[in-house]
Amino acid sequence: MWKWIQRFSSPKYFYSMSAPLITWFSIAALLTGLYGLYLGLFVAPPDYQQGESYRIIFIHVPAAWMSLFIYMVMAVSAAIGIIWQIRLADMVAAASAPIGASFAFLALVTGALWGKPMWGAYWVWDARLTSELILLFLYLGYMALQSAIEDQRSADKASGLLAIVGVVNIPIIHYSVEWWNTLHQGATVAKFDKPSMHIDMLIPLLLMAVAFKLLYAALVLVRARNEALYRDRNRRWVRELIEKL
Amino acid sequence: MNKRSRRKVLIIGIVFGVSLATVLGLTAFEENLLYFYSPTDVKAGKAPGTHSFRVGGLVVAGSVNREPDSLKIVFDVTDNQEEMTIEYTGILPDLFREGQGIVAMGNLQPDGRFVAQEVLAKHDENYMPPEVADALKTSEEAAKKAAY
Repeated sequence: MWKWIQRFSSPKYFYSMSAPLITWFSIAALLTGLYGLYLGLFVAPPDYQQGESYRIIFIHVPAAWMSLFIYMVMAVSAAIGIIWQIRLADMVAAASAPIGASFAFLALVTGALWGKPMWGAYWVWDARLTSELILLFLYLGYMALQSAIEDQRSADKASGLLAIVGVVNIPIIHYSVEWWNTLHQGATVAKFDKPSMHIDMLIPLLLMAVAFKLLYAALVLVRARNEALYRDRNRRWVRELIEKL
Repeated sequence: MNKRSRRKVLIIGIVFGVSLATVLGLTAFEENLLYFYSPTDVKAGKAPGTHSFRVGGLVVAGSVNREPDSLKIVFDVTDNQEEMTIEYTGILPDLFREGQGIVAMGNLQPDGRFVAQEVLAKHDENYMPPEVADALKTSEEAAKKAAY
């Protein structure tokens, strides 16, 4: 079992297997995204309170979900990297951070643009918005630590620990709207009750969420492959690859 | 214990320790994390008396009074238990209307009025087309009538 894991998690094997996946994930992300946007922007009805302005939800909410999801992927990979010293896991963690940071940034910016016309303010320091901002800073901190430490193994260990410690923020973001009075409204979809959203709005929202997941899958593979090439630049398998060019 | 399981214990320990510290910290600062107080909190004297703070509640139907020649507006908010009166001069967000949730930041005056410098609208987590909202309203009213 252990041998099997080691064989499949070797950067060399990953590099050769992942290339076709990128194409498939990209095509699937593009198709789902275009269909989701079409349904969301042209087919879904306007909202009874917010009129047409609510349509930014089709970017805002999937981006916010992705920022949480990618953080969990990053932290779990970092933990696997530290405990079992699987190099591929460290590469996936390092490759995920900038993508997650981008989604967190996108969620904050679209939220600000949505907040001004609806709430009357771009930014308020309520628990939901503040904890999401902390998530962005955790990503940036991880990236800064990665590039600040010269030795790759210590860099992975230090930034991995930061990622693991930051996991406490994830439930805080999710439950912030229940635990405290916030200006941000409660959960619409991600709750045990049935979603408080009309089905014609819910379907494009879920399609966009799937499209963002597929986009992440494609992006993380591209970045992890680069990471594998760079980190193993002095190993034989990369040298052999270069010689073949 | 070998190295691998020592690392595992270490990481579980860190996550557990940090979580515990966060829970304790957040519980200690519970009040500071509230974005707004409810009218009930204010009536009970929980709000910071002379400092500025935020009040949140639903705008009471029929309580909104606009002064004809200025931007001044006086309205009541409720949390369905207590009500309080808010005075505000300025531009309101689009979503401000009777029955809507709002958050006002301002000061409590000695005579019990709350003078706001800023009014933000809060919307709920429900999204539906206007026709459905109308239909829901009609059926609710019908149900109310049937109850009498």
